[in-house]
Amino acid sequence: MNKQKIDSRPASPKPWYDPRIRAIFFQTVVIALVFWGGWTLVDNTLSNMESRGISTGFGFLDETAGFGIIMSMVPYDATMTYGRTFWVGLTNTLLVSAMGIVTATIIGFILGVARLSSNWLVAKVALVYVEIIRNIPLLLQIFFWYFAVLSSLPSPRQSIDVGGALFLNNRGLYVPEPLTQDGFGLVWGALISAIVGVVVLKKWAKKRQLATGQIFPVFKVSVAVLVVLPILAYVVAGGPLEWDLPALKGFNFGGGISIIPELAALWIALSLYTASFIAEIVRSGIVSVSKGQTEAAKALGLPNGLTLRLVVIPQAMRVIIPPLTSQYLNLAKNSSLATAIGYPDLVAVFMGTTLNQTGQAVEVVAITMAVYLTISLSISLLMNIYNRAVAIKER
Amino acid sequence: MNNTKSIAVGAALLCGVLAAPFTSAATTLESVKEKGHLQCGVTSGLPGFSQPDDKGNWTGIDVDTCRAVAAAIFGDAQAVEFTPLTAKERFTALQSGEIDMLSRNTTWTLTRDASLGLNFAGVNYYDGQGFLINKGIGVDDATQLDGATVCIQSGTTTELNLSDYFRAKGMEYKPIVFDTSEQTVQGFSAGRCDVLTSDRSQLAALRSKLSNPDSAKILPNTISKEPLGPVVRQGDDQWFNIVKWVLSVQINAEEMGVTSANADEMLKSDNPGIARLLGTDGDMGAKLGLPDDFGYQAIKLVGNYGEMYDRNVGPDTPLGLDRGVNALWTDGGVLYAPPVR
Repeated sequence: MNKQKIDSRPASPKPWYDPRIRAIFFQTVVIALVFWGGWTLVDNTLSNMESRGISTGFGFLDETAGFGIIMSMVPYDATMTYGRTFWVGLTNTLLVSAMGIVTATIIGFILGVARLSSNWLVAKVALVYVEIIRNIPLLLQIFFWYFAVLSSLPSPRQSIDVGGALFLNNRGLYVPEPLTQDGFGLVWGALISAIVGVVVLKKWAKKRQLATGQIFPVFKVSVAVLVVLPILAYVVAGGPLEWDLPALKGFNFGGGISIIPELAALWIALSLYTASFIAEIVRSGIVSVSKGQTEAAKALGLPNGLTLRLVVIPQAMRVIIPPLTSQYLNLAKNSSLATAIGYPDLVAVFMGTTLNQTGQAVEVVAITMAVYLTISLSISLLMNIYNRAVAIKER
Repeated sequence: MNNTKSIAVGAALLCGVLAAPFTSAATTLESVKEKGHLQCGVTSGLPGFSQPDDKGNWTGIDVDTCRAVAAAIFGDAQAVEFTPLTAKERFTALQSGEIDMLSRNTTWTLTRDASLGLNFAGVNYYDGQGFLINKGIGVDDATQLDGATVCIQSGTTTELNLSDYFRAKGMEYKPIVFDTSEQTVQGFSAGRCDVLTSDRSQLAALRSKLSNPDSAKILPNTISKEPLGPVVRQGDDQWFNIVKWVLSVQINAEEMGVTSANADEMLKSDNPGIARLLGTDGDMGAKLGLPDDFGYQAIKLVGNYGEMYDRNVGPDTPLGLDRGVNALWTDGGVLYAPPVR
């Protein structure tokens, strides 16, 4: 109609030349091919296994396992199912990973700061530690802590005895187990109200500082409240706690809480190994904060402690968190080396014994891989949330 | 556009590869002949059963079981290659076709026979589970083991028997599960456990590996039946028959007094049973798809069952195991092979 008004777009092309339609077409084709490929793989595996008379499916998870496991966070005995052995293995993996992450972080931060110490000796000791530990394969370190340390410990009958309550021998570390009696709820109540009190106190102190400029010693008061209140409640309730002391009976110690050497060796090795990497990450984070920031803080009159807490660390964290996340992931995945020393983690229990007793390799391996993927993605997710909280807020 | 196109082409190619048939049509015997050797799965080192010597030659009763099959097929007992496997790896290796037969002191059980897609082709050693313990502990019988810590190898029937035994006796135990039998010995000598449990024949072998073998003893109790034997894949009956009958021929040979030393002489024997065994009469080999003299080759090159036993685990070896139940049925044992006829 309106010939004068020139359309800047070219005349609408034929459908097979339209980039939009072509893009959609090819994407559909690719997705279809990917799904078809995946389906073929699964179908081929299943029909091949069937033709060879190999059992398939997840029915085995309901069968009785019939083997013992030395350490379990969830109730377990040999009459329970293969499905239950999965949970035993999973909780043991999560336990050692969580313990490892906590200690590796603490040791790593201390070492990272020590690397930057102005004290020559401290800095060099940290350097030597990092260079030695991170350059020896983890598996060898696990063997070292297991066999070298284990064989130097005495047998149960010659245990190292600390005050008749703590025993150390080549079967593990035995500590008294606290058994809560009636009335211990009061102590829990006191602890919870102390925590609530501390949170309120912190808010109030911040408000007061903003209004008047006066600083309230929140930390010292908080610690006092957190310690004193539960102890007070404990005394008022008449000491409602009994200790189950470990004692030698027959072959070994019974009662109390025991930490088996497999767990201890794995925990120590994972912590020390990962800590050496975390130390370098922490050092790089701190070094990345420009000197000008510290000087500016000094110019404002901030003391050293506050400079570190309010200026340096928050900025260093932005550099530290992403690589720290990948170290946590490494630690969780490395915990599968447990199988080498007989710690009953997921790989040893589920992908080891359960797989072998049932013979259902495809299912068991698929489940195990899915679990490690889930654990890793969960750690990533949590760390990313934290990372977002400390990242630079662009205003 | 170009990108999308190349991805699509790539995906198509990938799918083509995936869709390629995974099953091979050839029988196990054909593929073994084509390769020119037998691929046999064994332990990674268990004295008396399968262990490489200082020159890299594999020896042991399980190894000889494989060699006899190779001798029957090729007339050459050396036409075998060995794949060392852990207890955990063994069935997968056989299922996937990585090995042609598994001869790795493997216990014949219903579950393994029925649900793994495998067939047990006989028994080359009748074993039972026992306990190895330090003499210093002062235990003389397995019923005194309540509360003991037990070192054990992962992926074995031993794990299940142990649990059954202690449960039946109302006793408690703590299992320390290692991947290899080497590690169980290490754990045992480091004092991590009071007792090491395994098949009795293995205990003798493992005890000999201790720095001071006299410090440990094997308890008298036998808590399970462990018939150990060669295993093949299900679905190839010809191959199953070959492995089964080579072993049977060796046992029959001992019963008839045919040995590797007198095999040539025996070729002239009038005894029809011996003639069928050695292939001078009948077409026993052809029925299995083997040369007619397969029995002669297996006996001549490897020996009869008794020779195999004495050479590897018998009283004159470091293991020093008496024939016991592994004697022929005519000598009060349970070895009883079906007749070659």
